[in-house]
Amino acid sequence: MSTPLARVLHALGLTLVIAFTLFPFYWMVTSSLKEQTDLLASPPVWLFTPTLSHYADVFADDRVLGAVGNSLIIAIATTIFAVALGAPAAYALARFEFRGKNDLWFWFISNRMISPIVLALPIYLLAIQLRLLDTHLVLILIYLTFNLPIVVWICTDQFRSIPKELEQAARLEGASQFVIFRKIYVPLGLPGIAVSAIFSFIFSWNELLYALVLTRRDVQTAPVIATSYMSGYELPWGKIMATGTVIVLPVTIFALLVSRHMVRGLTMGATK
Amino acid sequence: MRPNRGYGRWTPFWFLAPAVFTLLAIGIYPTLFALVTSFRRYNIARPREGFPFIGFENYVNVLNDQTFWNTLSLTGRFYLTAVPIQIALGLLIALMLHRPGWSMLRAVARVSLVVPLATTYAVVGLIGRLVFNRDFGVANQFISWFGFPGFDWLGSTSGAFAAIVVMDVWQWTPFCALIFLAGLSMVPVDIEEAAQLETRSKWALLRYVQLPYLLPGLTAVLILRSADVLKLFDMVFVMTRGGPGAATDLVSVYIQRVGFRVFDMGTASAQAILLLILTIILSRLYIRLLYREVE
Repeated sequence: MSTPLARVLHALGLTLVIAFTLFPFYWMVTSSLKEQTDLLASPPVWLFTPTLSHYADVFADDRVLGAVGNSLIIAIATTIFAVALGAPAAYALARFEFRGKNDLWFWFISNRMISPIVLALPIYLLAIQLRLLDTHLVLILIYLTFNLPIVVWICTDQFRSIPKELEQAARLEGASQFVIFRKIYVPLGLPGIAVSAIFSFIFSWNELLYALVLTRRDVQTAPVIATSYMSGYELPWGKIMATGTVIVLPVTIFALLVSRHMVRGLTMGATK
Repeated sequence: MRPNRGYGRWTPFWFLAPAVFTLLAIGIYPTLFALVTSFRRYNIARPREGFPFIGFENYVNVLNDQTFWNTLSLTGRFYLTAVPIQIALGLLIALMLHRPGWSMLRAVARVSLVVPLATTYAVVGLIGRLVFNRDFGVANQFISWFGFPGFDWLGSTSGAFAAIVVMDVWQWTPFCALIFLAGLSMVPVDIEEAAQLETRSKWALLRYVQLPYLLPGLTAVLILRSADVLKLFDMVFVMTRGGPGAATDLVSVYIQRVGFRVFDMGTASAQAILLLILTIILSRLYIRLLYREVE
């Protein structure tokens, strides 16, 4: 069917793909384990005696720990709000007929397209007026602008796949619409709800622009802290890469959990 | 008498209202606020001047601002450089993943594609700064293996542009690959096998059998990436801050600087509104082309 040469080339190509996708990640992790002298070696060294001192540094730094804590609070809270608000809306879009339904659905989706910089300016001015600058709340709310659409989209898709007969049977028993939603759609749609929650967490965890603009000292998030060392003459590369690893590792694990849904999540089902 | 749908007339409203009102409050209200600000002189670094209404002056200034047009055209150039590379590499990777054989290796490759997509954009920028460092960056070591001299990537105009393209290609090629892979797996197996009996040419197979299944994915990539490139901020901000000079000054990076370094909110709001109009046009296009079957 295929020649040995083609098979070898295929394996070589696949190996290259793995090397290409994992290299920057590998380089970050190994750099976080190098002594400063190894980090500044020219040309770079590939074999070295690893050290955990940069991680000791990171975990001894209250600012980094605080930032990771802030990121956790914000990402979890915004995810809970997104699911609590988005899942019922998704149910309505999946099962009810009403005027303007399609327009409403498209409006939800198109919110994801808006550039953060468009909202960052007015939100900043509003946050000053409302004294919300540098609070968890302002980031939790603003992150809903991209998390709600993703929850609505994924859950609408999931709820549509649940057989209508279950609902009709429950209605004959006299169950109200809210009971039907809570007792049938939430439990059966749990896989979709979980996937959308994980996406919502990943997107919030990774966000930088709003966090940079809307926080000062108290609620800086992990990406903001990671970029904050980038000034001065000699950069603490080991600590920067250790912080980067600490930030990226948990979301990578989450992403691997939803890897089968990655394309769906990123395109909002634009491709079937 | 309305047909009995089994639920009250207001039931959909109660399910939708919380999400819709929240999104209106945090999305539409600030947008209106930006619209109003864009008609004002609004420099918060100079509050004594007040915030008077000045009509379309900000818009006139922005449209006459050569820098704004330069950042837009640079954003366009970035798109036209990075996206074709991502599409070509993505298609190549998808074809390799689709081809039978080496199933273990293919599974590992498929999983590893997820890693770049999940990496925090700001951290991608940090990695880029390390990799493309003039003195101890591994990029210079790579090119030295091919006999090229070391290069000050982030200190030169073309080098910095190339560096942000490379990082973007690294992060988003997997996205293209996964979309194309999904397209390839849509080709009915019997059609693909019949075609393979007819021709031994891989090219003919791709062109006449697989391409129709790849086109929806291609449209999605082109449109979604254009929205993403207009939004692109984190990685570039961390890696180059738009520099050196204006070498990597993409439109989002520029607006952020006008708004939050110069604090000229009036001008920045006008720029943001123009960007929003561009985005709305794009997303209309996006919905028209991608969700055709729903409408």
